[in-house]
Amino acid sequence: MGRIPRAYLVNRLITLGLTVFIAATLIWIIPRLSPVDPAEIMLGRMAAGAGAVANSEEILAQLRANFGLEDPLLVQYTKYLWNIVTFDFGISTATFPTSVASLIAQALPWTLGLMILSLVITFLIGNLLGALMVWEESPNLVKVAIPAAMVFTSIPPILSGLLLMWVFAAKLQWFPLTGAYGLTVEPGWTWDFTLSVIEHGTLPALSIVIVTFGFWALGMRGLMITVQGEDYVTLAKAKGLRPRAILYRYMIRNAILPQITAFALKIGLLIAGQVLVERIFAYNGMGKLLYDAILDQDFPVIQGVSYVIILMTALSVFLVDLIYPFIDPRIRHEARP
Amino acid sequence: MTDAPLTKAEDRRRARRIRRFDNPWLNPKLFWGAGLLLGIVILGLLGRVFWDPDLVFVGSAMPKLPPPGFENLRGQGGTFAHPLGTEGSGRDMFALIVIAAPNSLFVGLLASLIGMSVGITLGFTSGFVGGRTDDVIRVLSDVMITIPPLLILVVFQSAFGDVGLTMMALLIAGFVWQSPTRLIRAQVLSMKQSGYVQMARLSGASTAHIMFREMLPNLVPYLFGSFIANVTTAIVTAVGLEVLGLGPQRIPTLGRVIYEAINSGALIQNLWWWWGIPTLLLAVMFIGLLLINLGLDEVSNPRLRKLRL
Repeated sequence: MGRIPRAYLVNRLITLGLTVFIAATLIWIIPRLSPVDPAEIMLGRMAAGAGAVANSEEILAQLRANFGLEDPLLVQYTKYLWNIVTFDFGISTATFPTSVASLIAQALPWTLGLMILSLVITFLIGNLLGALMVWEESPNLVKVAIPAAMVFTSIPPILSGLLLMWVFAAKLQWFPLTGAYGLTVEPGWTWDFTLSVIEHGTLPALSIVIVTFGFWALGMRGLMITVQGEDYVTLAKAKGLRPRAILYRYMIRNAILPQITAFALKIGLLIAGQVLVERIFAYNGMGKLLYDAILDQDFPVIQGVSYVIILMTALSVFLVDLIYPFIDPRIRHEARP
Repeated sequence: MTDAPLTKAEDRRRARRIRRFDNPWLNPKLFWGAGLLLGIVILGLLGRVFWDPDLVFVGSAMPKLPPPGFENLRGQGGTFAHPLGTEGSGRDMFALIVIAAPNSLFVGLLASLIGMSVGITLGFTSGFVGGRTDDVIRVLSDVMITIPPLLILVVFQSAFGDVGLTMMALLIAGFVWQSPTRLIRAQVLSMKQSGYVQMARLSGASTAHIMFREMLPNLVPYLFGSFIANVTTAIVTAVGLEVLGLGPQRIPTLGRVIYEAINSGALIQNLWWWWGIPTLLLAVMFIGLLLINLGLDEVSNPRLRKLRL
């Protein structure tokens, strides 16, 4: 891609690298500052399972050696950094011989699927509604109804999720209460399984959609107001183009671009919100994995999940930054904002 | 418009409209938003005076009692001794709300206030000093704005265990200074070139004078907007932590009440008042903050005001 100036690319890459590095370092340092010893937690779990553990001191020492806790801090740190680059987060202490990476690999597709689906839906609905709010031709009902619906924008998806769960799963029983697919279906590319996944995914996706579309609608409204007064819109009207054509081809097309940058800033909050939605719906994604790990004090999993989610966020921001000037030729790549 | 003389009522309405537009701060959204938040604060204050706060302790009443007029699954009716019912361990919901709701708001406000102060300092430093300092601050805020606070705090709290309200606010503050920093830096850079700042500089005003007397007043609507947005982020993060079972363990917070309700299967047992009331209160809080933010947008961006005519 020859069109991206090298200085800009380098600048973005450095920011990306620094973000990931700082996040990884924070994740590593924080547990080491705390008085909690992962080896003791592990031993505690063994004791809880067996009633009592003989020669616990030796086991403790062995566990510490296994976790690499005896090495000098600098060695531990460099090892950790290397491991994280290769997505090796060690072994889960709660589900002992399973590696954290494989746990994450199981959970990640669910999270990504749910996220991309709900994002696309909200982006489309939100921007269209925001545009309709400003458009002169839209019916009055739209202009009254949308601002009323926007009140929901500020509510985090976990609250809307609880409400939807209660109404549609607990009371009406139209949808299942928790899980990502039914207990009776075998995972695989079968019709039953797909149906079950859709049935289970509707409420989590919906709870994200109804509270986030307003964010896009709001932004779009502001941008449309700016576009509305532009000369090319006046000219298009004077030419007698159909109002609908003006809306889609002249107004929305020009207004939608800055919305994509807004997306880059919002993605962190979106992902964090979704983690919580997954937790309340017990949806098989990263959120549930994280929640279970917190309950079990399973540090390797907590670290791994946090790192992967932060990496996802940073990568999306990086990509949006790179792609954006291609979509909007008015913006040139600059080394500095 | 006809030339017919306006009636008195019309005249007055028009005058009022003109006055309202003269003072952008007299904005209905701003009023409603502030009113909702104030309502929660007043609920907390009056509740502590007129209701028995000791009812927040476990076992102070029959567990899982519904509000009066409803029945729970065991067929028990509610009593007026517990107007909002009781939760799973026999705590009075009303007392719980009275104690918990202001706590959530407090965390949000404190975190945002600290973040704001840091942001103002760094933003001005960055914009004024320039050079290396600017580079460092700019890159650092660019980097930190991408890291979702919830996840770092999850790592922190699962390692350290119980935290207090103030500690939680401090932790969250570490993630809400970036946007004010960037905002102020950008504004300072553009304002530095503007006529009135040049003028002040030529007339020998000190840097502090230029910063606080010439520039800061122009930034007020932006700063308020950023402050409110950060309060929202802070409360969302705090509630997120609480719902994951982290956050303060011994002090009642709205998120913690929801956490306990979900874990006890309140949804299936139809104990709607247990999770529903804190959910509703949080929703009111967020709607209030949103209204304030929308109002502030109209204050700082007059183009939006025309729309409501």
